Amino acid sequence: MLVDDLRGMFYIALKDLRAYYFKPPNISWGILFPFAFILAFVIRNPGETRELVPGLLGLTILFGTSSMEAIVIVFERRIGSLERLMLAPIRLPALLAGKLLGGMTFGLTVTAVVLVIALAVFGFGGVNWLLLLLALLFSAAAFSALGAFVSVAVREIFEAQTLANFIRFPMMFLGGVFVPVASMPLGLQAVARLLPLTYSVEVLRAALDGRHFVDGMLDLAFLAGFAWVMFGLAVWVMRNKQD
Amino acid sequence: MNEAIQARGLTKAYLAGKSGPPLRAVDGIDFAVRPGEVFGFLGPNGAGKTTTIRMLTGLTRPTSGSAKIMGLDLATEVTQIKKRIGVVPEASNLYDELTPLDNLIFSMQLYGVPRAERRPRAEALLERFRLGEKRDVPFAKLSRGMKRGLTVAAALAHRPALVFLDEPTTGLDVMSARSLRQMIAGLRDEGVTIFLTTHYLEEAERLCDRIAVIVRGRIVALDTVDALKARAEQKTIVEVVLGDSKGSLEKKRIESDDVEATIRHALTDAGGRHVLAVNTLRPSLEDVFVRLTGLSAEAMLSEKGGKGGGNAGG
Repeated sequence: MLVDDLRGMFYIALKDLRAYYFKPPNISWGILFPFAFILAFVIRNPGETRELVPGLLGLTILFGTSSMEAIVIVFERRIGSLERLMLAPIRLPALLAGKLLGGMTFGLTVTAVVLVIALAVFGFGGVNWLLLLLALLFSAAAFSALGAFVSVAVREIFEAQTLANFIRFPMMFLGGVFVPVASMPLGLQAVARLLPLTYSVEVLRAALDGRHFVDGMLDLAFLAGFAWVMFGLAVWVMRNKQD
Repeated sequence: MNEAIQARGLTKAYLAGKSGPPLRAVDGIDFAVRPGEVFGFLGPNGAGKTTTIRMLTGLTRPTSGSAKIMGLDLATEVTQIKKRIGVVPEASNLYDELTPLDNLIFSMQLYGVPRAERRPRAEALLERFRLGEKRDVPFAKLSRGMKRGLTVAAALAHRPALVFLDEPTTGLDVMSARSLRQMIAGLRDEGVTIFLTTHYLEEAERLCDRIAVIVRGRIVALDTVDALKARAEQKTIVEVVLGDSKGSLEKKRIESDDVEATIRHALTDAGGRHVLAVNTLRPSLEDVFVRLTGLSAEAMLSEKGGKGGGNAGG
């Protein structure tokens, strides 16, 4: 049964990447959108460019994983093709994990492009590569699970886009991308501490600064917990809708 | 020998509102489908046909009751069951972005068909469904009949022993519907068990070995086509054609135990109109259906929104 689940996950992810993700508009949007935001900020504060790189990576992975992820499931449910997957000999969590895997793969791919550009420009000597890899993986899992939850929670594509933006845009401004969380008013800091992007940017910053693995442990734990809760909720909602 | 399907007391209830009693879409149905037969499941819209298929294929859990599919328990062995069944839903639901070849290969990947078998099997299915020339065209660009054919092909890709066909010819033109019916007959010849829902009574009469009629969630009749018709044959149908001076015609069908008396009554009680013809008819499956459901075949077709594949010729 586990072999069936793993095979199903792999091929569902592969199919999603071919059918939906790796299309020119998605790739250009996934890379250009975070760059445009960061560029606007850099023009206003030219001296802080290097400081913005963890936020740029966090934004890229947030939008890269969740933009299509939030739509794919609701789209497939609308056209009936989700039913094909539900009829296949795999369990529901494996089906959703396949969807997550597709979103994560795409998000990590576009983030890798942005990372290469950032490293070429800024050099970043002494990066903690293991921590960076874990930070990217855990962030991708958290944001992809968020997208999956949004996608199963709604009925229409426009609802998915609205709900996803309702969550992502405040997160973008409160998650420490442009303004350090420590410099925010206490009330906003409390809100920021509930947002996965805050932990993603923190651990990415720790990795790029070459800090010790322990410095990123709490952030990674939060991201893993967030991913697990969102994934569990998505499975629960989908199972209930099925009945 | 195991039945292909054995359902006992299968029930699906939905909450109809906060205070109302649950709506029983399927209400304690019992039936068995034998291996290798074409089993028709007939009923008007909303009778519970699709809900029954959704339960038997593991898409939704029964509220109560049980079912075994090829000896496997639906409640505990649903993944094993899914490996052995193919499902053709009412609407074609393959991936618009993928070609027919890629859609079939993806179906086989999901079901664990060995890599070496996938491409030859997909090519063979495309030829069988006359889609060989369209193998590299995106699914979205195929005609409705081609999409339907490919949806059936995808359900057969992993060689299931039992296939559920939910209204397979709905919305198809006459030629596509005929071709699909020939395909269904061919599957039966290969020993595949088929569970078929349809609202085309001629189609059911032509293809099915046995038929169950479901009305408001309950099975009201289950037998062979001949046996169902024999039940109705105890009464003869007298058809009287009436006309008036304005040229309008009316056809009346009267079930009768006493044909002579019925004809006599029809001739003397024409309400001032002319009796143009009197015929006695053997009951058809349609007459059986009308008697069991209280719904005319025309009404059932119009509920479904068109007669696309309704001509069951071929």
